[in-house]
Amino acid sequence: MEYMLMYYETADDVACRADQRAPAYWAGWNAYIGALAQAGIIVKGDGLMPPATATTLRVRGDKRQVQDGPFTDTKEQLGGYFVIKVADLDAALDWASRAPCASTGGVEVRPILPPPAQA
Amino acid sequence: MSSSHAAIQAERAARESYGRLVAYLSARSHDIAAAEDALADAFATALEKWPESGVPDNPEAWLLTVARRRMLDEWRHQSVAAAAGEELLLLTDELIEQAEASAVPDERLNLLFICAHPAIDAAVRTPLMLQTVLGLDVARMANAFLVAPATLSQRLVRAKTRIRDAGVGFHAPRADDLPERLQDVMDAIYAAYGTGWDDVEGADEGRKGLTREAIDLGRTLVALLPNEAEPKGLLALMLFCEARTDARRDATGRYIAFEDQDPARWSLDMLAEAESHLLQAARLAAMGPYQLEAALQSAHTQQRCGAPVRPAHILALYDGLVHLRPRVGALVSRACAVAALHGPEQGLAALAELKADDAARLESYQPYWAAAAHLEAKAGNIAAARNAYQRAIGLCSVPAIKDYLTARMLALPQ
Repeated sequence: MEYMLMYYETADDVACRADQRAPAYWAGWNAYIGALAQAGIIVKGDGLMPPATATTLRVRGDKRQVQDGPFTDTKEQLGGYFVIKVADLDAALDWASRAPCASTGGVEVRPILPPPAQA
Repeated sequence: MSSSHAAIQAERAARESYGRLVAYLSARSHDIAAAEDALADAFATALEKWPESGVPDNPEAWLLTVARRRMLDEWRHQSVAAAAGEELLLLTDELIEQAEASAVPDERLNLLFICAHPAIDAAVRTPLMLQTVLGLDVARMANAFLVAPATLSQRLVRAKTRIRDAGVGFHAPRADDLPERLQDVMDAIYAAYGTGWDDVEGADEGRKGLTREAIDLGRTLVALLPNEAEPKGLLALMLFCEARTDARRDATGRYIAFEDQDPARWSLDMLAEAESHLLQAARLAAMGPYQLEAALQSAHTQQRCGAPVRPAHILALYDGLVHLRPRVGALVSRACAVAALHGPEQGLAALAELKADDAARLESYQPYWAAAAHLEAKAGNIAAARNAYQRAIGLCSVPAIKDYLTARMLALPQ
């Protein structure tokens, strides 16, 4: 089954990217991504620029509302995602637990919606 | 009496007799879920009544009587089939006698065997045991086993339905089945403990949330089967690992590998208890894998305390272990023992052999990469060591061990 692993990071995690902790921060992710790649389970995935760079758009009636910042204002923000192909949810959770942000923010694991059956 | 006192009494009764009562009730009805529901009601009633009426002389019998009444009500409500009704009448009489007499007979052993029955999915055996015998709640177990609570609940419900509907026998296995069935019970208990392979330097400790409960189950099994050697081996193994819990972390929470631990911080009581179980097991003269694992723990421990344990003897124990049970954790540890005796190149060769056999599994097995990194570094293959540390870090889910492995990697010569 395919699962999307959504990596939620704290503001402090995001801050790590730009301060003196950056080498350790990236080393942690590189090790994790390397392990995912070597296991041959990656379908696709990306890291995202910090949440401060986000812009959110809503259309209400004929009005477009453009908002500076991410969709929801929560303590943890989406930092990146991978779609992986593994046997079951247990295996997906194992991989989620290894992510650097699992011990600071969290990882949301969701099955990918299968394509609709052909009529 | 204060309500908090009654609550403490009820809790104590719960811990001490929960498994006994579930075992006893479900042995007659073959319906674990119904037994648990009835008992939950009985405990709730106790919390309500005891603060006013006082704790009864025999709380277990009291709980049993109330639970039995609940089960009867429920059955009447569902108007179950005649055969079950007869069983029920039998149950009623027997239980009334029991309530008047003293202790409820201990049928937890049967319950353990049922939970680890081959007809039950192996992944659910351990949680089923913890829930029925010790009364652990799903949320706590879900964290320890890294599954979603809703998923675990569903699996437990399915397993209990299967036990009821498939007619899994509520009796001890036949003598010729016993060794295999007992192995399943012990494996399920050890799975609750998590793995204890900290003889592989920097290996992931795995899921350590339920160690005390696992040891409780181990003690129960030893008490229920006093003439079997392997349960004693299993209990000894868990106690050896548990004795080192405090020494595995420094004051700031950093991970300390086995070879750097301060033996003064090991629990002497637990080590002594472990040695004594291992000795009693040896007297029964029935060697098995859990005893070998415990013997290895004993050897490692004594070696660290300065006793002259020869690397060749340690390797011989591993050879025996992997001969009986060629599990990947033991095979990786054996490679480290080969290195201790014949040098890191030989250890790496042993690891390479494993990889040739089961590459897919080892790709994502953290202790393999932690061991490989350690041995490559010892052999002077710095680039290979760095690569292996990277893999181990990427596969590790325990932050303290990630930090430890990262520090080891950064300490490699440039």
